[in-house]
Amino acid sequence: MNNAQISKAEIVSETYQTTGSPLMDDPKMRVRNVDVFYGEKQAIFDVNLDIGKNEVISMIGPSGCGKSTFLRCLNRMNDTIDICRVEGELLLESQNIYDKKIDVVELRARVGMVFQKPNPFPKSIYENVAYGARIHGLTDNKVELDELVEKSLIRCGLWKEVKDRLDEPATGLSGGQQQRLCIARAIAVNPEVILMDEPCSALDPIATATVEELIHELSENFTICIVTHSMQQAARVSQRTAYFHLGKLIEVNDTSTVFTNPEHKLTEEYITGRIG
Amino acid sequence: MNEEIKVGGHISRQFDEELEEIRARVLKMGGLVEAQLDKTLHALREDSSEQIVDVEKLDRKVNKLEMLIDEECTQILAKRQPAAGDLRLIIATSKSVRDLERIGDEAERVATMVRHALDNDASNKSFKGLLSLGEHVKELLHATLNTYARMDSRSAVLNMRMDQHIDEEYSRVVVRLVNLMKKNSDNISDALDVMWAARSLERIGDHCINICENVIYLVEGEDVRHTALDRIKEKLG
Repeated sequence: MNNAQISKAEIVSETYQTTGSPLMDDPKMRVRNVDVFYGEKQAIFDVNLDIGKNEVISMIGPSGCGKSTFLRCLNRMNDTIDICRVEGELLLESQNIYDKKIDVVELRARVGMVFQKPNPFPKSIYENVAYGARIHGLTDNKVELDELVEKSLIRCGLWKEVKDRLDEPATGLSGGQQQRLCIARAIAVNPEVILMDEPCSALDPIATATVEELIHELSENFTICIVTHSMQQAARVSQRTAYFHLGKLIEVNDTSTVFTNPEHKLTEEYITGRIG
Repeated sequence: MNEEIKVGGHISRQFDEELEEIRARVLKMGGLVEAQLDKTLHALREDSSEQIVDVEKLDRKVNKLEMLIDEECTQILAKRQPAAGDLRLIIATSKSVRDLERIGDEAERVATMVRHALDNDASNKSFKGLLSLGEHVKELLHATLNTYARMDSRSAVLNMRMDQHIDEEYSRVVVRLVNLMKKNSDNISDALDVMWAARSLERIGDHCINICENVIYLVEGEDVRHTALDRIKEKLG
């Protein structure tokens, strides 16, 4: 059956196949048959997706569709929720990240996360960036730490704005600066993947544009998965876009395809504002 | 996603109304352009320049509508940031409006030449030879407007076939006019006028096909410009 002809009811009740190109050769992360449950309630249904090296992939969909839940599976942030259960296979390179032998703290250094609301530690700007490197044992050397802090802040375009006040509290920065600081903190530990959960939803348009530009620059060195409610943001920053609906991954395609000629009727309805 | 194009159904009913209004204006513009061609052919058929002045008046209305629709498309792009089918509708409409305006210009050009010919019996006879071509172009224009109104990619392909026949007919007209000029050099001036008019009619056919290509892009998401008809049929299954 043509996927475009699947009705909404069938999407909820039947097995289905994601439309488009969810899989690829030699991905950074490989997700196979992933189901997520909150207690008895199933939130994610049989998701299969490859995330490419150095790609920016956006997850879009209506509220409650499971896109954030899915994102949080990728670095086991869901472990912090007692009733949450993840089934299926999630590989980082070839390593199963849900393997019992995996050190979750180390995993979260490899797969960093930036949240919706900027959440700097109640410490100085310098310490916010240096802290992760210290606890992950990257370095304790003051000179090396100075270099790391400077390099991370430069990469996030924040260095010029804060270099003369590194000892001031991070909470004194503007929202956009705080979010870039959080990104600097995430990249200071040299992750392979950065997960961003609506990173600009608390920012004004100028700060949003700065963060989007940063995402573009960071994609040269990192794989970035971004959950966003702003479809225009997904269109601007990502190479591929994944559309979730009621816990199912409906379509994954090149962003240009998704926004000009999506394959699936539900994707079309969502991005044209017919369902929300 | 190419099963059907829906204009309405947005959560924002205002957006539905904006899109519907644009579509209605395009169809109105199409109706005016069709009337321009109709009045031109009427003048040719009935040897009467009575309605030619209307062709010029209609052209001013067509030009105004072109600008109005363009402005509305710009507003939607700026305010709504349309995507997918909505985006294709705005792009296809914006392009089609330009073609409609040019169809109006070509009809006006033919009308002016017909008026000139009506003052001159000899050339008027030669112009009569264009009636058949004009009627076929009129049919194609009507079919094209239906294709846009129904957003029907299949009829768009059928119209392309019609245009091929028009091109063949135009070629025959040209051959006939060249022979006429060869026979007697006194015919050259009149024959050239008729040839220009025939060229304008043929161009109207080409503009119709541009609109049909826009409809295919709108409905199927496929850009079929500069593609052979057989290949288009293959693409659309």
